[in-house]
Amino acid sequence: MSSFSGHLDQLEAESIHIFREVAASFQRPVMLYSIGKDSSVLLHLLRKAFYPGRPPIPLLHVDTTWKFREMIAFRDEVGAAPDLRLLVHINEDGVRQGISPLVHGATVHTDVMKTVALKQALDKYGFDAAVGGARRDEEKARAKERVFSFRNAQHRWDPKRQRPELWHLYNTHIHKGENVRVFPLSNWTEMDVWHYIRREAIPVVPLYYAKPRPVVARDGALIMVDDDRFVLRAGETIEQRMVRFRTLGCYPLTGAIESQAATLDEIIAEMEAARSSERQGRVIDQDPAASMERKKLEGYF
Amino acid sequence: MADMPTPARSLLRFITCGSVDDGKSTLLGRLLFDAGMLPDDQIEALRRDSARLHPDGTVLDFSLLTDGLDAEREQGITIDVAYRYFHSARRSFVVADCPGHEQYTRNMATGASHADLAVVLVDARKGLLPQTRRHTYICALMGIRKVVLAVNKMDLVEYSQNVYETIRDAYAELARALGIASVHALPVAARHGDNVGQHSAQMPWYQGPSLLELLETVQVDPLQAVDFRMPVQWVSRPDQSFRGYAGTIRGGHVKVGDEVVVQPGTHRARIARIVTADGDLPQAQAGQAVTLTLDREVDASRGDVIADAARPAPEADQFAAHLLWMGDEPLLPNRGYWLKIGSKTVNARVTSIKHKVDVNTQAKLAAHRLELNEVGYTNLDLDHPVAFESFATNPALGGFILVDRQTHATVACGMLDFALHRASNVHWQQLDIDKRLRARSKGQRPRCLWFTGLSGAGKSTIANLLERRLSALGCHTYLLDGDNLRHGLNRDLGFTPEARVENVRRVAEVSHLMVDAGLIVLVCVISPFRSEREFARSLFDEYEFVEVFVDTPLEECERRDPKGLYRKVRAGEISNFTGIDSPYEAPQAAEMHLHTPDLTLEAMVERLVACVLQEEQG
Repeated sequence: MSSFSGHLDQLEAESIHIFREVAASFQRPVMLYSIGKDSSVLLHLLRKAFYPGRPPIPLLHVDTTWKFREMIAFRDEVGAAPDLRLLVHINEDGVRQGISPLVHGATVHTDVMKTVALKQALDKYGFDAAVGGARRDEEKARAKERVFSFRNAQHRWDPKRQRPELWHLYNTHIHKGENVRVFPLSNWTEMDVWHYIRREAIPVVPLYYAKPRPVVARDGALIMVDDDRFVLRAGETIEQRMVRFRTLGCYPLTGAIESQAATLDEIIAEMEAARSSERQGRVIDQDPAASMERKKLEGYF
Repeated sequence: MADMPTPARSLLRFITCGSVDDGKSTLLGRLLFDAGMLPDDQIEALRRDSARLHPDGTVLDFSLLTDGLDAEREQGITIDVAYRYFHSARRSFVVADCPGHEQYTRNMATGASHADLAVVLVDARKGLLPQTRRHTYICALMGIRKVVLAVNKMDLVEYSQNVYETIRDAYAELARALGIASVHALPVAARHGDNVGQHSAQMPWYQGPSLLELLETVQVDPLQAVDFRMPVQWVSRPDQSFRGYAGTIRGGHVKVGDEVVVQPGTHRARIARIVTADGDLPQAQAGQAVTLTLDREVDASRGDVIADAARPAPEADQFAAHLLWMGDEPLLPNRGYWLKIGSKTVNARVTSIKHKVDVNTQAKLAAHRLELNEVGYTNLDLDHPVAFESFATNPALGGFILVDRQTHATVACGMLDFALHRASNVHWQQLDIDKRLRARSKGQRPRCLWFTGLSGAGKSTIANLLERRLSALGCHTYLLDGDNLRHGLNRDLGFTPEARVENVRRVAEVSHLMVDAGLIVLVCVISPFRSEREFARSLFDEYEFVEVFVDTPLEECERRDPKGLYRKVRAGEISNFTGIDSPYEAPQAAEMHLHTPDLTLEAMVERLVACVLQEEQG
């Protein structure tokens, strides 16, 4: 590629710049790998940033034990690449307590198996910078998020202590015990992510492509029955429907959308025509407004 | 549609300036709607909210879409820069939406630093306001050279061409005076969509493009036309055979074979390869993130700038610069901060504030400090030279931030104007006799014992006895007492925070000279601020500086009151008194912590003597 003019080129260069700042400025950086499309793009950019060298930043997957099986298979394939080091962390306390999204609900499950688990992992390895794939266009509360988002030693996000970010000059100074979350995809939109995946031929979990899958209609969402832990409620039946996922998370908390889009081109075409916002399918986000800001205060990514 | 290649849209980043009253949120919401960027579920929510808030029947109130300042305040959500994203067939847009009030000047400056262009909103009924001038000034200060003036609410002035033209002409003059190179004005009625996405049927006298068309087609000047510059971010050495310098090009372009220079410095080399993960490139330009390899071994590391050898960047360590203060604590001249420019971080001090600038009128005012949201014109002194450009030439190499060394907060952004050449004209004289030789002739290792603590804590009493003891042991010493120095060297200084910073700086420099002369120096100054004690420490070699915290509780100091000062403070005769109405920042990791109520004077001095002698052997 010799020309440099499109917005994807500019977004790519900006993200690479951010990755290099992280590697140069922190003692123990890590990239949070969540297996979804944004993580796929993030990983691609991580490799580009340090080419021809190997990425100097390891990957961490916080496994809630409720991810789709296809996600775990995809993760294990990615983690086997010789240039990467993939760490997997599970909150064993939560496992012992039998925390389940089906029994304890989305909020408790997410808090124990995701938020608490992430803090455990960051403390365990002493990571001082954690790179994630969040985008500002995802949600209103993220529109003001910094690229380098500062967390205190308790992993809390204090809106008053966030630093102004000017030009490309990121303030990477922290005290011992503090850490930052870094978001190289801050300025990408969902469409940018898909266009980039197509342009760069980046592999993504097959769940993004439509195919007939066993689903149950529950609370206004189509939930895929991914394993035998799923218990049917009275009156519910499993149906085969042509569906795909717009975002991926824990399978009982992630709604599928009915779609015929079985290729990248079809997904992009569907999205250009589609007119609903991305996180609609996420059960966790349907709490009252400003819930994301509250979750961030508590240390949710 | 499905078979279309990925569109090569260009990217435009812009900022919107104005307040909710000017219809800023409505304009932005309308723009998103007209660009077809609102998903159905959001339009549905908007319809519901509009119906609830406007029983009069307003169908869509676009101001509800982008949370206005009032809503944020009401919900206790942080008031900050919000970034929004949309695209049309031709361009992708990033909008920095920032509050317009004066108390949020730092937020607007932050947003402006990420913008190629500003959309300035004016209410057609009100014309130019003080805020219009302030917003335009901040945009100009932050390097925005193109402005779109949107004269809004034309529906409320009966779409009058005369009203529009009067405002347009007045603004053109204002913008010219503030250094904005290009202004494009247009009349809009955001509420009804006139000239936002579509041309207005109400204003046939306006023949120009709609706002969306304008944003789609306006040419912004990236950093293509300037000289080649690339700050080195990361040195890539995957194996013995490869050594590359990774960074983002921040000016001009570069080709394989070009001669470059590593700055600061004069080492030259030619570009061997321009490496990317997508293959080597024959050339690259500003904005691209690449890895350069050179045709010979040169010493370059993070923070250096690789520049066109024929047209290298200037280098300096003293500057005149504009500063916009963003910290909650004021800027104090002579306090040390970290300065980050390009990929380099150095220590810096503001040596003087030449004036501050009233952001509303641009009047120059005298100032001894800068408070939050104030702009000042200052002189800066760096501890290392840097390669730079004036901000007007290349913002990417002329913009910098200041970081507080204690809190690590970003406390200012700055724009370099030009280099001051005083220091480069005063060369350091190399002398034959150095500190080591002077110390050897005295048979001791020189060091600085820095006694800090409240007034009346016992600093001078302890230091006095220690000096007698060391002197008896044959050591060459000198005691610098803060009070005594205020009778001579520091007689021009008062007790404001600014004066205290300068007081400690002078004492530190004098003690540094005395240690250089080979002496063991005992310094007794309250030195209430951690920053200045750290500055003092930074002047010395490792192990030379011993911070002694004379830790006496305030009540005890006040009970002792050897100089009767506490009585005067309580009587209201003295102000700015440390511990009472001026802060004392206790050391966190002093080499020696003396909690005086638990120790006798003898015991404390014994410990200090042991400390000096022990290290002398070590």
